Amino acid sequence: MSTSGRINVTVRVWRQAGPDDPGRMVAYPVPDVMPDMSFLEMLDVLNEQLVAKGLAPIAFDSDCREGICGTCGLVVNGEVHGPEEHSTVCQLHMRRFNDGDVITVEPWRVKAFPVVKDLVVDRSALDRIIQKGGFVSVNTGAPQDANATIVPKADAEKAMDAAACIGCGACVTACPNGSAMLFTGAKVSQLALLPQGDPERARRVVDMVQAMDREGFGNCTNEAECEAVCPKGIKITNIARLNREFVRAGLWAHDEQE
Amino acid sequence: MKLEANVPTGPIEKKWDQHRFELKLVSPNNKRKFDILVVGTGLAGASAAASLAEMGYNVKAFCIQDSPRRAHSIAAQGGINAAKNYTNEGDSIHRLFYDTIKGGDYRAREANVYRLAQVSNSIIDQCVAQGVPFAREYGGTLANRSFGGAQLQRTFYARGQTGQQLLLGAYGSLMRQVGRGTVQIFPRREMVDLVVVDGRARGIVVRNLVTGKLESYAGHAVLLCTGGYANVFYLSTNAASCSVSAAWQSFKRGAAFANLCYTQIHPTCIPRSGEHQAKLTLMSESLRNDGRVWVPKQKGDRRPPNAIPEEERDYYLERRYPSFGNLVPRDVASRAAKAVIDEGRGVGSTGFAVYLDFRDSIKRKGFETIKSEYGNLFDMYQLITDEDGYRVPMRIFPAPHYTMGGLWVDYNLMTTLPGLFCLGEANFSDHGANRLGASALMQGLADGYFIVPYTLGGYIAGGGLGVVNESHQAFRDAEQGAVARINRLLSSKGKRTPSDFHRQLGELMWTRCGMGRNETGLKEALAKIPEIREEFWKNLIVTETNETFNQTLEKAMRAADFLEFAELLVRDALERRESCGGHFREEMRTEEGEARRDDENFSYVSAWEHLGDGKTPVMHKESLRFEYLHLAQRSYK
Repeated sequence: MSTSGRINVTVRVWRQAGPDDPGRMVAYPVPDVMPDMSFLEMLDVLNEQLVAKGLAPIAFDSDCREGICGTCGLVVNGEVHGPEEHSTVCQLHMRRFNDGDVITVEPWRVKAFPVVKDLVVDRSALDRIIQKGGFVSVNTGAPQDANATIVPKADAEKAMDAAACIGCGACVTACPNGSAMLFTGAKVSQLALLPQGDPERARRVVDMVQAMDREGFGNCTNEAECEAVCPKGIKITNIARLNREFVRAGLWAHDEQE
Repeated sequence: MKLEANVPTGPIEKKWDQHRFELKLVSPNNKRKFDILVVGTGLAGASAAASLAEMGYNVKAFCIQDSPRRAHSIAAQGGINAAKNYTNEGDSIHRLFYDTIKGGDYRAREANVYRLAQVSNSIIDQCVAQGVPFAREYGGTLANRSFGGAQLQRTFYARGQTGQQLLLGAYGSLMRQVGRGTVQIFPRREMVDLVVVDGRARGIVVRNLVTGKLESYAGHAVLLCTGGYANVFYLSTNAASCSVSAAWQSFKRGAAFANLCYTQIHPTCIPRSGEHQAKLTLMSESLRNDGRVWVPKQKGDRRPPNAIPEEERDYYLERRYPSFGNLVPRDVASRAAKAVIDEGRGVGSTGFAVYLDFRDSIKRKGFETIKSEYGNLFDMYQLITDEDGYRVPMRIFPAPHYTMGGLWVDYNLMTTLPGLFCLGEANFSDHGANRLGASALMQGLADGYFIVPYTLGGYIAGGGLGVVNESHQAFRDAEQGAVARINRLLSSKGKRTPSDFHRQLGELMWTRCGMGRNETGLKEALAKIPEIREEFWKNLIVTETNETFNQTLEKAMRAADFLEFAELLVRDALERRESCGGHFREEMRTEEGEARRDDENFSYVSAWEHLGDGKTPVMHKESLRFEYLHLAQRSYK
């Protein structure tokens, strides 16, 4: 491959040694970047250079590098997961940048996601929301034949749209209120759209919304930033459904909750 | 070391039922007195941890990721097999059993595979009950599709994200138990040693990846669900954190490692673009249902693909394997690609690719249909390559993807070390020398939901488990050993990074022990690996300290284990002088170039025993007997 297409960039990265360190931006030149490199591979290359010099590399999370595990998450030039639409930052490629660009890289900045180090944050709050109802209470055993539960194709498709959430937390990061309502709404919607989720429908939404509040996530004010940055294109109609489910749970409260 | 497979007697279709009846039970009130340590929270680990907690055991679950939902099972795209016969094509447990044994090139244990086929249907029932949004027909019933290596439609799927949806189902069940206090979850922990007391696995030592602190946990049994070792090739479709470390440390504590040379190279991956490449991306082989694989007939034909007329294209899979065509199993498809590339007919700027072309199926089924079935894969391809796969044929190249080898387990999924169970990809069971598509998810969930919950009970109820807690000297010894390893890595003040060594090892393994293997290459690798290892310990650089979130140290620890493990993999490949499944010895092939198996001499499982550091491990053999299926040459012509 020819080297003519290579570019030189500078990355300004948030460095923070630990939760108690105030943190600061540090600039690093990265020469000779191939446009076919992914953004994270560019950071890998920079880290290799730092380590070879005996310097602490930039800590950042990533695992599958194909946009499905939800581990990675960076704010690139102010954009959550970077400028590529409907993708995680591991799928961003350097062909989106030009020679001489200065690229700013920051962690998810959310009250409920404390920084662990540099660009790594703690998103365990999302697991705790799921613990409160993001499941169907069915033990392993011998359930009825799978085809005994008939689900209209349209409902199954909508449930799958919602279930596609990868739990990366981009929606929370993009929201001016730091709200987790798209994340929570996606799980509530998936299970509200399926007959299997019906028995626990009311309790699920109430418990999950309460957990969301407890973790310090904000409320939804219809900014729709979450939908704009969601790598899986999850729609804010799921937040509308979350609200409807919540109201419905209140109306049926006497029947389903003692 | 004795390999007791503990396969029950009796007719194959009755073995599992009879065995479950014979297994002793732990009474409901007693289960909470037993602590079970589950390492890894992929399909096998999450399903086992949730199921055991539902039954009443005290479970501690450990994962390397920041959340159990991110285990690499999540990346499986295509689907999960079951013998439901919803499509009325004549499928049955026996046929799924037959296909899996045949697909595995007759190198798996019959009884285990039969049981896998038996429980396959329960998995689908269980997942639907959890609300997994499988694809459905207009009538509301579940949809099925065909998948590589099968001539009928038995694969259930959730778009191109089946692994994700199954994992989130198991993760939901696991989170439910965490909420109930029956499972404690320990994220960002990496197992660094197994603790053995009186010949039984009684605990683990993990490194807290955030603080660097070593933590000890005692238990009555340990379940290793830590996935495969394809990252020994450095570039693979596996996630970055996939490593052999937990299995390798367990091997050093007495668990036999089996069939290491059976590594699966997946035919439909996106070719690498340069030195910086961190991983390879797989595209589901369901693409081969509608895409046609070809290369130009002429060597060195550099014309753009759409400028090459039909009669100058070689649809080599359809030509060589008329009855299976583009749907031949993975190993066959990968080797066929290697063959045309070796002839100089590879495509793309590097020549290391073949075309996967949707032109004809778009013409036949319509653009919208293809888009609805594979849209996310085309999007992924475009993101990575900047090319439109609908208009220009995709370029694909084989990449290491899955490893059939793993810790040796008996019928109960217990390793040679009592109390240490091994589930999912981490064990050697079920897939023989080659795994069929959509069978990994099936096996992970079979092990976790429907097998280990019973067999573990049998072990616990067998008694003999005295009180052992974290204050036992064995935990101190294991911690000190880990501290010494970590300090040795940190004190090395050389010039090369852990990834640099890992990359060097990977290239060696790919060229000498990859899609094609021969005695000369394997012997070269066997000589070279200790040299790389020696330089690793002399010329490595690891920055920062142990007491911090230190990703360089993590990489160094994993690379150190791969550098030891790789040697045994090569040794296993050298010993197996036959071609079968994912192990292709170039010396052992038919006149037509197909793999030549040698049942007379190699119908066995190789299980290696550790004899101490610096000593060559010794191989034990579990011979394979086929009572229900006739050994036949695998043919997809």
